[in-house]
Amino acid sequence: MTDISVYGEGLVKNYGKTEALRGISFSVNKGEIFGFIGPDGAGKTTLFRILTTLLLPDAGDASVEGFHVVKDFRHLRTILGYMPGRFSLYQDLTVEENLKFFAGIFKADISKNYHLIKEIYDQIAPFAKRRAGKLSGGMKQKLALSCALIHKPEVLILDEPTTGVDAVSRREFWEMLIRLKSQGITILVSTPYMDEAILCDRVALMQHGSIMASGTPDEIMSSYPHRLFKISTDRTLELLSLIRKMNGIHSAEMFGSDIHLSVADAETGIEEVGEYLRNYGFTAEKPEEAKPGIEDCFIDFMKLNQTG
Amino acid sequence: MGNNEYVIEAENLVKKFGSFVANDNLTFKVEKGEIFGFLGANGAGKTTAIRILCGLLLPTSGKITVAGQNVYTQTEAIKKQIGYMSQRFSLYEDLTINENFRFYGGIYGMSRIKIKEKTAEMLDRLGIESLKNSIVASLPLGIRQKLSFSVAIMHSPQIVFLDEPTGGVDPITRRQFWELIYEAAAKGITVFVTTHYMDEAEYCNRVSIMVDGRIEALDTPRNLKDKFQAKNMDEVFLKLARKAG
Repeated sequence: MTDISVYGEGLVKNYGKTEALRGISFSVNKGEIFGFIGPDGAGKTTLFRILTTLLLPDAGDASVEGFHVVKDFRHLRTILGYMPGRFSLYQDLTVEENLKFFAGIFKADISKNYHLIKEIYDQIAPFAKRRAGKLSGGMKQKLALSCALIHKPEVLILDEPTTGVDAVSRREFWEMLIRLKSQGITILVSTPYMDEAILCDRVALMQHGSIMASGTPDEIMSSYPHRLFKISTDRTLELLSLIRKMNGIHSAEMFGSDIHLSVADAETGIEEVGEYLRNYGFTAEKPEEAKPGIEDCFIDFMKLNQTG
Repeated sequence: MGNNEYVIEAENLVKKFGSFVANDNLTFKVEKGEIFGFLGANGAGKTTAIRILCGLLLPTSGKITVAGQNVYTQTEAIKKQIGYMSQRFSLYEDLTINENFRFYGGIYGMSRIKIKEKTAEMLDRLGIESLKNSIVASLPLGIRQKLSFSVAIMHSPQIVFLDEPTGGVDPITRRQFWELIYEAAAKGITVFVTTHYMDEAEYCNRVSIMVDGRIEALDTPRNLKDKFQAKNMDEVFLKLARKAG
C-alpha cells in the first residue's frame, strides 16, 4: 500500500440541499498524473478543497501521503502545493515578492528548490519587479505554479489550470506538468477539457458529484460498450437528424467535422449504415470504423446515468 | 447565405492602447445568418475587437459598420441590434426564469405581449415550461447555459456575440448548445462566436484566426485544413498560433 499517495473513501459534501460530492472513492499512486475530468458542477473543486484541508467533508475519509485531511491538517499543508482555479496570489506584490512570500511561509529556501521552477520561472523572471496584478493570464499562471512549487511539495493539486486558456498555451502547460512529474511529484489535476484526459496516467470521469468511471485512459476507452463508426461530412446537422432516425442506432453525436455513431446491435454494420445514407442521397459520406475517445465514453456514461 | 448581405463590415480596423497595437488592420465581412468563428490565442486581441463591434469601445481608426450602423457614431443603435452572451452566465441568479425574460425584454424595449410570446416560444424549445417560476440559481448549469443564449436572442437581434459560451460545460450540453446556434443561424441571426474548443471551430461556416493583433487566416474550416495541410482545426490553430511571439 506504500505506493498510494492520495486516497479518498466515501467522501460526501453537501452545501444546503446541493449534493456536491455523493460518496466518492479513489486512490492516486505516487508519482502519477491523475486527472479529474468533468464539467462545472461535477464536484472537482469541492474535492480538491477537502484534499487541501480547506474544507471538512460531511462524511468519508481522505489522506495524502498517509496524513489524514482532518486530523493531520497542519502537517499535510506543508507537503501540498495547491493552485486554485482563481488567481489567488497577492496582486499588489511583485512577481518576486510573491515568490519570496510563499517560500517564506513554508520556510523554504528558494535557491535550494529553484531547479523545480527554473524552467517556468525563467519565463517570467524578466518581469520580476512587475506587480502580479499587471501580468497577462499566461504569466499569472506561471507565477502561481512557481509559488505552489517553491516549497518542494510531495503532491501538487491543480484546480482547472487550463480553463479559458487557448489551445497552444494549454499544450505548453501540459508539457510543463509532464516535466514536473519526472521530478517525482504526484500531480492531481482537474479539467473540463476531455482531450486532456489522455495526457494523464489515470483519470476519474466526474459528473454531479460522482465518479462515473476511473482507470487509465486506455482502460476507459477500451471498455466502451458499443461499436463506433465515424462519418466525415460538411452537412452535420442534416446527417445527424437523419442518422438518429435509423433503426439499430444507439447514439449519434457531432465531433468536429465528423459524426460519431454507435450501433445498438450486431446486425447494423458499416454496410447497413452506408446503404441507409445512400438511400437518402448522401453519397459522399462513408462510415468508417472508429476508436472511441474519452469524450465518446463520457457522453455514454452520462446517458447511462440519465436513464438509469 | 451567399446573397452577400453583410451585417458586419470592417475595413482596416485599428485599435491602439498607447503604443500597444491590440488590433492591427483587421479587414473582414460577416454575412447575414453566418456562423462566424473568431479564434485566437489569449491576448491576441479578440476581446478588444468584440468590444468595438458591440459599440462598447471606440476604434482608433478604420471603417466599421455593424448591422448597418457606424461604430463611431451610432453605438446606441448597434446595441439594440445585437445580443451578447459571455462565458459567465448573464442571467440574474436570484430571479426566476420568467423574471429574467421580463427584465431583458424590458431593456430591449419589447412589449409585454411580445415578451410573453417569446418567453413561451423559448421555453417550449428547451422543453422547460414547467420551470418558468424557478429561481435561476436552482437550475442545472446546462439549462442555465441554454437559457442565457435564449435570453440573448429573445429580441431577435441581427447579430449575437457569444464569448466562449461553452466553457466548462459537459459534452452533451455543449452539443445541444451548438444545435441551438444552428437553429438561430437558420432563422437569419448571425452568430459571432469565440471558443477554445477546436472541434467547435469545425461547426462554423467560416473561421478567422487572430495572432498578435492581426487576422492571420480567414476561410471555411475545410479550406483552412487544406491550405495548412492539417487533419483538423486544432492543427491549423497550432500551426498559426505557435508562430506568435
